[in-house]
Parts: sequence; C-alpha cells; structure tokens
Amino acid sequence: MVATPEKPQYKVIGTRPIRPDGTDKVIGRAEYGIDVRLPGMLYGRIKRSPYAHAIIKRIDASKALALPGVKAVITHDDFPPPGDTAMTMGEGGVSTARFMLEGIMASKKVLYRGQPVAAVCATDHHIAEDALELIEVEYEPLPVVSDVREAMSDAAPVLHENLRTRDMAPLSQTPSDKPTNIASHLRFARGDVQAGFAAADIVVEREFETSMFHQGYIEPHNGTAFWNRDGKLTVWCSTQGSFSVRANLATLLQIPVSQINVIPMEIGGGFGGKLVVYLEPIAAVFSKITGKPVKMMMTRDEVFEATGPTSGTYIRVKMGAKKDGTLTAAEVYLAYEAGAFPGSPVGAGATCALAPYDIENYVIDGYDVVVNKPKTAAYRAPGAPAAEFAVESVVNEIAKQLDIDPIDLRLKNAAKEGTPRPTGQKFGRIGAVEVMQAMKDHPHYKSEIQGPDRGRGVAMGFWGNVGGERSATAAINPDGTIKLVVGNVDIGGTRAAMAMMLAETLGISAEQVHPHVVGTDDIGATGLTGGSSSAFAIGWTMYELGLELRKKLTERAARIWEVPEDQVTYGDDGVIRGPADAEGKPREMSFKEIAGRLARTGGAISAGLTTQKQGAGPAYGGHIVDVEVDRETGKVTILRYTAVQDVGTAIHPSYVEGQIQGGVAQGVGMALTEEYYWGPDGRMQNASFLDYRMPTTLDLPMIDTVLVEVPNPGHPYGVRGVGEVPIVPPMPAIQAAIADAIGVNLYKAPMSPRVVLEALLDKER
Amino acid sequence: MTERIIITATINDEETQFMADMRDSLLDALRERIGLTGTKEGCNNGNCGACAVIMDGRLVNSCCVMAAEVEGSEITTVEGLAEADGLTPLQEAFLEEAALQCGICTPGFLVASKALLDVNPHPSEHEIRFWLAGNLCRCTGYDKIIRAVQKAAAQRGA
Amino acid sequence: MVTVVIPSPLRRFSGGVERVEVEGASLRQVFENLGRHYPELRDRIVYDDDLRPGIAVSIDDEITEDGLLARVRDGSVVHIMPAMGGG
Repeated sequence: MVATPEKPQYKVIGTRPIRPDGTDKVIGRAEYGIDVRLPGMLYGRIKRSPYAHAIIKRIDASKALALPGVKAVITHDDFPPPGDTAMTMGEGGVSTARFMLEGIMASKKVLYRGQPVAAVCATDHHIAEDALELIEVEYEPLPVVSDVREAMSDAAPVLHENLRTRDMAPLSQTPSDKPTNIASHLRFARGDVQAGFAAADIVVEREFETSMFHQGYIEPHNGTAFWNRDGKLTVWCSTQGSFSVRANLATLLQIPVSQINVIPMEIGGGFGGKLVVYLEPIAAVFSKITGKPVKMMMTRDEVFEATGPTSGTYIRVKMGAKKDGTLTAAEVYLAYEAGAFPGSPVGAGATCALAPYDIENYVIDGYDVVVNKPKTAAYRAPGAPAAEFAVESVVNEIAKQLDIDPIDLRLKNAAKEGTPRPTGQKFGRIGAVEVMQAMKDHPHYKSEIQGPDRGRGVAMGFWGNVGGERSATAAINPDGTIKLVVGNVDIGGTRAAMAMMLAETLGISAEQVHPHVVGTDDIGATGLTGGSSSAFAIGWTMYELGLELRKKLTERAARIWEVPEDQVTYGDDGVIRGPADAEGKPREMSFKEIAGRLARTGGAISAGLTTQKQGAGPAYGGHIVDVEVDRETGKVTILRYTAVQDVGTAIHPSYVEGQIQGGVAQGVGMALTEEYYWGPDGRMQNASFLDYRMPTTLDLPMIDTVLVEVPNPGHPYGVRGVGEVPIVPPMPAIQAAIADAIGVNLYKAPMSPRVVLEALLDKER
Repeated sequence: MTERIIITATINDEETQFMADMRDSLLDALRERIGLTGTKEGCNNGNCGACAVIMDGRLVNSCCVMAAEVEGSEITTVEGLAEADGLTPLQEAFLEEAALQCGICTPGFLVASKALLDVNPHPSEHEIRFWLAGNLCRCTGYDKIIRAVQKAAAQRGA
Repeated sequence: MVTVVIPSPLRRFSGGVERVEVEGASLRQVFENLGRHYPELRDRIVYDDDLRPGIAVSIDDEITEDGLLARVRDGSVVHIMPAMGGG
C-alpha cells in the first residue's frame, strides 16, 4: 500500500474481517435467484428468433398449447401498449419503454438473433423446452448489417424507420428527415487541434477494432414472479438494482410501483449486465395469467446471444507530440455498436479516452450506431476499455518513437488537480501522478526481462465513478450489536465495507454490525449497484447514520447520568464519557454497555435515512505486464502482472485487491481470448463457455496489486470507486508488451493467436 | 407427463431416494428434485464447473451426468463438505483469503479443490491451476482462490 | 451572473456561442433565463421541469445530484454533459 500524507489513521477501516455473507457462500446455503423455489411453481422459456433481421409474419402457438403441462404462451400483444416514456437504464443510458419492450418481446420485426418472439410456461422445465419447438413462427428475412462502419454508410439496411441522429442527449430530438442507423453523435473539444498538430514534431495515427465482449457472469439471468390475487406482484431476481427493476416493471406492466415488491437475491455476478430486465416482465405476465408463481432462467447460449454485451467498436486515434514528449494534440473518433436499439456507452468512452492526460488541444467524436446484434448493456467501465486501448496504444508508440520511457512520457503529460475534463468541469484531487510514480518505483518495472520473444508493456486506465441514492436503517440490539438494513445489492463486498464504515463511525468492531440487504417493500429508495458507486454512496449513508446514533446515545447517556448533555462526549473509541461523579470517578460507558441499558432508560434506539451525495472521486490505474509470444501458434502467455491503482481509501484491502484482480482477469480476456465471432448471417458462432474463451486458472499468473491511497476529499472516509478502473488498462498494456516482444503492433482486440499470426506473417512478407 | 424413475443413491453420506425425470441430469435432480441448491448451474454443458460434485471418488460436472446413472453411487456436494461442528480448513481458507466474491462459482471450486487435495495433498501452484482449469470464476482473477487452496494444503500437512 | 458553457453539439441552438452569462439562483432559474435567449437550447436540457434524461450538469466542477433545484451563486460556472453511470 502506498498512502499519501493526507490519509488519516483508522481503527476498523483497513483491517480484513471475514465478509458477513461468507459462511453461507461456502456451505451452499446462500440463496441466489436461480435457487428460488415456490410451491406450485411453473417454468417459463423463451422462443427466440433464429434470424438477425426479419419481419415476423405469423406466430402459431396452437400445437404448443395442446401439449399436456403447458399453461400459457404469450407474445408482444400480451403486454400493455408501451409509450415513449423515457427510462433510465442505470448507466446514464436512456431508453424508451417501446425499445425496452421490444428487447423483452419483439412486435413486428426482429433485429438480432436471439430476440424473443414468444414465451411459454409449463409445469416442468422439460415440457417448457418441448413446447418451444411446437411454437411456429414464420419470418421474412431482411438484409443484415452487423459491422459498425457498414451500418453508418448510406447504403446500409435501416433498422428503425423512425430513427434520426440526435445530438448529445439521447432524447433530444433533432429534426432531420433521413432514416439512419446513427442514433446519436457527441463531441468534446478543447483548444485548437490544427495548431496543436502544427506544433508537433511527430504525429501518430492508428485505427483500432474491438470485438463485442460479454460480462460473463457465471449465474445466468433469472427471475421468478408471483402475481397475487390482490394485485400485488412479488419478483425475486438477480439484479444490480431492485428499485430500477421495480420502476421498469411498473412502466412495462402499467401498474403502480407500490403494487410491486422486488426482492434482490444473492447475485452471481453482474458487472453491469444485470441492470436490465429481460425475464421478470414475462414471468409476471405468466403469473397473472396462471395465478401461479413462474420461474424463468436463461441458458448460457441465451445469455451470450440475447443479453447485453459491450459494444464492438471502430476507433481512430491521431496524436501529436513534441520531441520532449509533450502531447500537443489529439483527435479521437469513436464508433460504437449499440446493438439493436440506441444506447452504447460511447459517451463514457469519450470522457475516459484522454482522461489520464492534460492535453491542450483535442477533438473527441463519438457515434452511437445501431446494428443487428443484441442491445448492449453496461459492462464494467462501460466504453472505457476500447477507447483507452486505442489512446494508450498510440501513447506507447509515441514513447517508442521518441525513445522516452513510457511512464516518464505519461508523467510529463499527467492530468492533475485543475485539469479540465472533456465535459468541462475541472478535476479535483486525483491520483494519476501518484499511480504513475508507484508504477515506476515497483520492482516489477525495475526488473530485467530475460528470454526471447518476451516483452513488457504499461498502460493507464481511468474511470469517473459515480454516487447515487442509498437508504439504510440501523437498530441497536441490547447485546451491543447493530441490525443494519439496506437496499443496495452487494456485488463486490458492500456488506463488509458498510459494516466497517458504520463501525468506524461508532468506534465499535465490524463484527458488531450485522448487515442485511432487503427488497423494495422493506427499505427506502436505493440506487443501482453500478458505476463503482456503492462503497462511496453507502459510505456516506453509514457516516451520517453513525453520527445520528452517536447523537442519540450521547443524549441518552446524559439522561442516564443526569448531567447536562454538553458535558457528555462520544469518543471515536466507542466510549461515552461524562463529567466525574460525586466520588471523582470519571463516568464512562462503552457502546455495548449503553446498548444493554437502552430498553429501561427510555427505549431502544434506531435511525434511518436516505442520502444522495455529490463528490464521487474519479480514479486511475496503471498496469505493468510481461508476456511471452509463441511465434509458432500465436499464443500469448502472461508471465507477470502488476496492477497499481488509486483506491482513495482501501476500506477492506482484501476485497479491494479482489476487485482489481477480477478486473484485470476480464481485461486479459478482452485482450487475448474473448470474442464474439459472427457469421455473415449475423449469428454468433461461439455462444458457449467452451468457445467464448474466458480466462481460466491456467491463463493467468498471480496478479500483484499495489493500492495507492489518495483519499477522495468528497467522502468522509476518502472512498473512491474501485471496481471498474482495473478492466481498462489490460488491453493496451498487453498490446505494448506484445509489440515489445515481437516488434509488431496489433490494432485488433482480442489479440488472439489468429491476429498475432496474421501480423507475424504480414511482417515476413 | 414424461416418464419418472425412482433412484437410490448416497448423497452427502445419507442414503437418499428420489424421483427423477428420465431426462434429468444429476444437476437437475440435485436442485429440482432433492432441493440441494448449493450446486449451481452456470452453463449446463460442462464448461464452467459451477455444478461440480464428487461421484464415487471422481470429480464430475453434474450437468453432464444423467440422474439415472447415479443409482447406487456415492455423491458429495458442497452441502456435504462442512462438519457438523464447523467449516473445513478449505472453507475457512476461502473465507480468510477472500477467495470468493459473488460466490456462485464457490461451491464448484470448493468441491474441485477438495477432490484435488484428496488425491494430491501437496500440490504445486501449477498443479492447482491445472486441476482447477475446468472451473470458471469471473470475479476474482483466481489469485486468491489459488492462495486459499495452498493455505488449506499447508494446514492439512501440518 | 452565472456562466453557462454550451457543449459543442448544442451550439447550433446558441448561434455558435460557447459561453452565456445569465442570472439565476438555481439551475431552474438559470435555464429559464437561458431559454429567453435560446428557447430551443433550453428544450434540449430541460424537460417536464426536470433535467432531460441522459443529461447531467456540473456546477463549479461538481456534478450535481439536485437536478434543477441545485443552487448556484454569482460567478458559478455551469457545464452541460451527457449523464454517465457505470457497470
């Protein structure tokens, strides 16, 4: 750990207690969405389009309905007509009810292979599967466009007749009379780019392509719904945001939110992909029709083909630099596949692209483009990995051409407090320089690389981090513990982190706080677990909740001792102190002692509140990687990996390290092995874990982490979001390491054996 | 209705009789018919290891075994790992080393790691990685999982 | 006076002007006054007495969580941007 001088001393924060959800998870008792079982439960399955673009001519379910055990078949027409209500998708993305419903069940036209056209529910999952085969659907296939550049051309087949290019805000309609696949365009600019390039001694311009990548959570999407006879709908599901599921269900089913209770089960991974509803509305409609609970769960191929991966992209980056390494200008062109409906993360990609640097002159253009592929969803630092793959690879090439150490070049241009961001506002206290310095100081960076076809690369990564609304209630138990109830889904150790932050505020141990995540009926409004927001946002809630309890306990102690309140203090060590008694003995009570006396001195004490705070702290990471390239097979082996990151404050260092290591692993997958392999018909040809190659234990070494702590001044405990940053640097760091090993720059991710071999063959020609 | 059969097997040291559909995999039977939901479905085609169980001393993916095949077999699932009076050193090590995050792959990793340590009590890092390559984790990057297995192995030897 | 910085894609609605000085103690008032000069621009930012979905606003380098009710002071600088979230 590398802590800056501004980091205070803590008692609980920085320690490593066992996570509250741990035991249940190692004995198989933790209840996930896939584990929900209710009496009389029916099983639902979805009939999906085999075509990537087609008109639905006819759906005939009569044979399926005749199968014993089948209870209902539904189509788009079983939902209320959707409006154009704007719906926030949680990652800053916005959709309309119409688009959202089309993704749940197509009406007249299918826009990607795997799009639902009908669904069936039956008494048993085998029967439901048999019934799928019996639903007859007649299609009229249409031409397919699945490449982002093709989709932007005037000759491309149009996916949505009514789509017009919008500027900046997805819902600000710009009048134009031409149907297009370009859903929106945004631009960020600073300074005078032409003058910047004129001042440069060298200019490097490169084109990049990245594949669509899937989040790859191991738990498939699922949802169970029970629509009771009193009109109350209960939904158990695997989600990153129960309140957003509730809002989406209310809009899609056109019932009030108060009629819906969404219970978030343990979540088996999300990474942004579980912010969208796919199954819950269908299960709800089935339950309304049948009067029984209905459970739905996707198969793995459905998850690949019909949930929300991240955009495939085409990116162009041009950068200019002076001989001394000063970056003078940049042009970044980002074209992101949105999938079948508007809403790629190109905006976030654009704001992250140049974020590690202070460059006087730049233009960043971003295009959100619809194609015949599944609608993209958020995936860990949405949009940033592709954008920084391109920018960082160019920065590394500039360093090489100028013969400057790549970290020195970055230090020379590093963003600092006061550097303007592309969106206009200036950075506050950030840790880019500290991260770069820690990389430079690391033994890994100082070590020698030995052996042929081995190389080293470095790259930076950035994510802005967000906050959001959080609610919590805390009730003091007479045994000196706290029952803490929250609504935010714990996806990366939030229960542990919030218990620790409340404990820190109260001067008690983390084990004295017992956190519970509950459903929407049982807690106040709570935002999404996403955008690396949870530790930051719930940390604020814990801090304010802790202060509230301290105040109440201080008042109570004054009452117990019969002394004026202003003579009683609550110490950071959890001891309440008052003036000396008649015998001159200091009055003291520990948290536990007073907890035991509350009932008979005026009643138990609890507190509850909702917070929504500004001040989320952006964060930087920098990675160092050594690779070996096999010239025969094109396989790249990772020999050593070090991930440095400014984490603000590491609340629970083990879980912070775990977040970083997990992000690295996903980034390595993007860099080397993971890929959506498309046929000309718009069909993904590798929709299984066998062929969509996520890294295994054999593909990775141990991943060293260095936690740099530059506390976020916008947070009582200095928390910055941690989860997303580490997925950003791996692609460019590995790109640079491969270039260092075999002298070939690759511009396509994944840099699979095929890509490596093609580049080596090209070089020999 | 599809055809049902009655199957008898020893599951977590209990002789268990259950009714299964002819088409049920062992995974289906464990989760849907018996109610042992600790074993997870991640892919249903043998590529993720979330459904790993030990069957007659061998590590298998229960999604690739038919329920009908287990007549007379001995099966250990994640629910059968812990002792009545507490966790095993392997489970403790997973907690202490922070080897789990979302936890969905954890049952499979624990079962697979137990199967490894049963046949190879002192594996090298590479042997652990080789043995666990059939189990996918998307949260941890494996680092802490490997360390947990190393720690449990060291404790076993102690 | 409060300075509103118009992002380049929206400058079509401000006659190419990048910075506009307007009166106002809250974002609601600021955008109301902005709309007196550039009604189309206001409609790109404000919808149904709220920030348009997908729009975020920073006041003095801090993205506000208070929507149109956010307070501004004399000399404040306001930036308009696409809303960002995360995974």
